[in-house]
Amino acid sequence: MHTKNNIIEIKSLTKIFYTKEREVKALENIDLSIGEGAVYGIIGMSGAGKSTLVRCINYIERPTSGTIVVDGKDLSRLNERELREVRRSMGMIFQQFNLLMQRTAEENITFPLEVSGMKKNEARMRAKELLEIVGLSDKAAAYPSQLSGGQKQRVAIARALATNPKVLLCDEATSALDPSTTKSILELLRDINKRLGITIVIITHEMSVIEQICTHVAIIDESGIAETGAVSEVFSHPKTAAAQRLVFPDGKRISQLIGRRCCRIVFEGSSSFDPVISRMILECKAQVNILFADMKDIDGKAFGQLVLQLPREDEVSDRIIRYLQSQDLSVEEVNGYVG
Amino acid sequence: MWDSSTVTMILMGLLETLYMTLFSTLLAYVLGLPLGVLLVTSDKDGIMPLPKLNKVLNFIVNILRSVPFLILLIAVIPFTRFIIGTTIGSTATVVPLVIAAAPFIARLVESSIKEVDKGVIEAAVSMGCSPFQIIYKVMIPEAVPSLIVGAAIATTTILGYSAMAGIVGGGGLGDIAIRFGYYRYQKDIMIVTVALLVVVVQVAQEVGMLIARKRDKRK
Repeated sequence: MHTKNNIIEIKSLTKIFYTKEREVKALENIDLSIGEGAVYGIIGMSGAGKSTLVRCINYIERPTSGTIVVDGKDLSRLNERELREVRRSMGMIFQQFNLLMQRTAEENITFPLEVSGMKKNEARMRAKELLEIVGLSDKAAAYPSQLSGGQKQRVAIARALATNPKVLLCDEATSALDPSTTKSILELLRDINKRLGITIVIITHEMSVIEQICTHVAIIDESGIAETGAVSEVFSHPKTAAAQRLVFPDGKRISQLIGRRCCRIVFEGSSSFDPVISRMILECKAQVNILFADMKDIDGKAFGQLVLQLPREDEVSDRIIRYLQSQDLSVEEVNGYVG
Repeated sequence: MWDSSTVTMILMGLLETLYMTLFSTLLAYVLGLPLGVLLVTSDKDGIMPLPKLNKVLNFIVNILRSVPFLILLIAVIPFTRFIIGTTIGSTATVVPLVIAAAPFIARLVESSIKEVDKGVIEAAVSMGCSPFQIIYKVMIPEAVPSLIVGAAIATTTILGYSAMAGIVGGGGLGDIAIRFGYYRYQKDIMIVTVALLVVVVQVAQEVGMLIARKRDKRK
């Protein structure tokens, strides 16, 4: 789904928490635009302020300064009642699911509908539909304590979708789940984005979550935005140190291994089904050592990077680099390329 | 000694005790439940922060909780006369019982509601709930098992207090125990009444715990 208008506009957002002794700047001067229909990832180390950022988007947390415009409405100009209306147009899911423990799965889904004044019967019908969307039709009468983590998150997603929101905010929604459950929840989110056109904002500290479903990403570091852009762009050419830390998580270890000439090859989706390295070895009649390899499948295309240790002879090394460049790959020599 | 009039007296005493206890508990909850909810919601981290009101309420609750029941019982006699018209009998005892129990119940309710997961309340806010909806659709229903346990504790405590009302001629089993056992040295009557009180407390506690377990969907 392609982005058209911006559904969320954040301008010079600052959030400061005041404690007795000192003030803590959680967010500083954040500017961010999220297009309608995007799956927008916000990634950062823990403590970077990303959870505060997502809570400012639905004004659960009031910004210290700056404006947040959602679907054309400046939230700072709304009174409490109007804010509640806006919140109903945004669903939210959480790391700990936050289901009502004394209500069944179905009653959890009807909860936001009851709050907005829908009739009981209508709400139950809607809950049945939603349970079907998230694949839990047989669990309507189960209590959250009888469900697995992944099932609980599915109920939470159904609950968040109940009021037909335009935006779904996900705060570390898969961080409490195992890898295979994470994958299935992310697939469900992607499906919801494609089928219902809901804009999804995903807060995470895991690069793999961004790679799997996001179209755009913002990297948040030390209370500010370090880098934003399309996922494929940021992933293949991380500009800032914060982005590089996330893209090469094991970078430090590698920089110590690199003693002689090395080169980094970035695959951007086109040629990665081609056995280019083995062809290069055959063509150049030289051996290389693979120091680092990270290949991912994103939206059907392959992305990734390789770090090769080149032979001692400069002549051969140059030949290898020239050959790779002739294959339309982006190749660069690296020495200690991470901070 | 164990003629029919004694038995009737003890049965009447039992009925009076149950009447005093249940009626007082009910009235004390009418005051204590909203008070307990207000103590949580008006907290500076609550859903409707009103720090000044919170301080005042906490102060009043602590004062009432620290006055010994026996003293309260006598101190409120003029107030009891004003409301009920008399200071003797079971109904008159309900007044000091409610005054003593309401702040205690407020504390029980406060601690039950504080047990509700903050994340669930945050989720409710994110779904556009008003503070009032959060109270009656999230806080209280989610705290029900704990509130029932609290109610069992409150009921049995009030039962114990009601026995003290015998001092001021309040009626009930406690009154009988004091009049016959303490003043007239009729130990057998005292033992029977105390045993009855023990049974009532046991039953109330067990029934409360049973209902709480049945209602709790967390396991």
